[in-house]
Amino acid sequence: MSAKTSASEAPAKIGESRGERIRRMLSSRTASLVAVLIAVLWTIPTFGLFVNSFRPTDDIRATGWWKMFTEPSFTLETYNYVLYSTSQGGGLARNLINTVVITIPGVVIPVTFAVMAAYALSWIEFRGRNLLYISIFALQVVPLQMALIPLLSFFSRGLSIGGVTIMPAWELSGVQTIVQVWVAHTIFGLPLAIFLLHNFMRELPGDVMEAARIDGASHSQIFRKVALPLVTPALASIAIFQFLWVWNDFLVGRTFGGGLATQPLTAVLGDLAGTRGFGWTRLPAAAFIAIIVPLIVFLLLQRYFVRGLLAGSVKG
Amino acid sequence: MEITDLTDRFGLLLVGLVAFAAVLMALYGIAELASRRNRSKLVAFIFLLPAVLFLAVGLVYPAIRTLFMSFYNKDGSEFIGLDNYHWALTDPSALQTLINTALWIIVVPLVSTALGLLYAVLIDGRRGERTYKALVFLPMGISFVGASIIWRFVYQYNGTGEQIGLLNQLLVWVGIEPVNWLNTFPINNFLLMVVLIWIEVGFATVVLSAALKGVPTEIIEAARIDGANSSQIFWNVTVPSIRSAIIVVAVTVFIATLKLFDIVRAMTRGEHKTDVLAHNMWDQALRLGNDGRGATMAVLLFALVIPVVIYQVYNVRRQQLEAR
Repeated sequence: MSAKTSASEAPAKIGESRGERIRRMLSSRTASLVAVLIAVLWTIPTFGLFVNSFRPTDDIRATGWWKMFTEPSFTLETYNYVLYSTSQGGGLARNLINTVVITIPGVVIPVTFAVMAAYALSWIEFRGRNLLYISIFALQVVPLQMALIPLLSFFSRGLSIGGVTIMPAWELSGVQTIVQVWVAHTIFGLPLAIFLLHNFMRELPGDVMEAARIDGASHSQIFRKVALPLVTPALASIAIFQFLWVWNDFLVGRTFGGGLATQPLTAVLGDLAGTRGFGWTRLPAAAFIAIIVPLIVFLLLQRYFVRGLLAGSVKG
Repeated sequence: MEITDLTDRFGLLLVGLVAFAAVLMALYGIAELASRRNRSKLVAFIFLLPAVLFLAVGLVYPAIRTLFMSFYNKDGSEFIGLDNYHWALTDPSALQTLINTALWIIVVPLVSTALGLLYAVLIDGRRGERTYKALVFLPMGISFVGASIIWRFVYQYNGTGEQIGLLNQLLVWVGIEPVNWLNTFPINNFLLMVVLIWIEVGFATVVLSAALKGVPTEIIEAARIDGANSSQIFWNVTVPSIRSAIIVVAVTVFIATLKLFDIVRAMTRGEHKTDVLAHNMWDQALRLGNDGRGATMAVLLFALVIPVVIYQVYNVRRQQLEAR
């Protein structure tokens, strides 16, 4: 809280010498300068990419984005190319649609299952409840890399233990491989969603739940009519979390998304960025198409996001 | 793009959502019946079934299998004991990967938390605090891949002609020779870390700034009256008051750092000695087709989070006991 006193006006304080006051104003100036410096450093790189995305590719290759201001040039051609061109490095509109098709169930399914589980873990008494909750909580930290290889073979070869086939191979092809991505996102999204929702569920007033019980409401009714409406703000927070995670994901989409035609946009971009192919001048435009949707969601719903963040980190 | 591209995908989406709704209604119907007969344990079972099934089949079982796979050869046909671990700890490039990972998990959480705290303190109560916060928080909404592309253009190096990367252009302006940053070991590792720090500082700022607001002003006033100066107040009053928030931020960033795959993949593909565990694991298993080594890398990754798991479980147990 030391910065409180160094707010920009620096009014005179009782019992303060002139030297002290000057020193205080100086440190206030330094503090301002550092804060502005950090803010600028954090903004410039994104701004640079944004500017570059509107420059002709020949210009991107030849000069830095700051030349835009001395030698202005503007085109939307790159955006057009990366979205719709049938040539190499184009046609990303298809992958953008993949992202949308992946994201909707990738958010809805885990959040729904999580809210059900969180209710049971918070308000229904049963043996081993605590152990189950702690296990799920611990799973939150397990790196998904731990499950990647077996899960992939589970989809492609099915599951058999000791020669007995428990689940046949899924044998998905073409667009259907997207189903694998839904399942993978559901699995990897569940632990955090359950943990966060449990935090909120647990805080619901016990006497309201008790009153509903006494009035003869069953668990499924209490869940639907009492608990669900009360945790709606929390659901919004968690849905935003999961949305950002799924939309921005690279690893899951790349691993389970099948071929280039069915992978989400971020996965394709990640590979394009890693290869230093000759299409790198179109990366700014392509990247912005991928960035812009989550960024808008993030800016508009930041309040909910922060609430979820604080519930998950500070309280937990 | 053709019209069938659209109908295929949205058709699948529709089928998926309808199927999901059907499953949900069936589950809810059974739960409703069980509720009416007051079988609350059955209700709990049904509510937990989907989540537990997904986690058991999709996370717990695969994780155990990964552990076993790490003792087998590349296609899982032959048991080779600890050979993979021996490789991981002696092979120069694997060793480099481990060293890099160690550097990442020390530097990134430390710098992100420190910078986040510094920034949170600097902007606390300042005019335009919300704008300051939003600017630094913004990268949290950008994907790791997007951030990597953004920073690739900052680090870009042109062998001939004008520099187009901002960093090299700055060097040129002050009269220094430009550097091929991403190919220059060891600095390339730190430049990759900058990208993750750039993302995580916003998270640290938001959480720590909220914690700062919770520090009672009375304590600070009391310390001031007792003659403590700003830095004494900061280190002896403010920091201890928000200690738990600082730990939470550091731990969260630590886990994110350990799992990091995207930035390395999108910037260097682990070349020029920049590989880390989470990326190398993927590279071994899915590009080089060596499941055994990939699994070994995953197990090493898991070993590094075990202390965090224990610490977290200990915390939750304590909270539960306190709540009673």
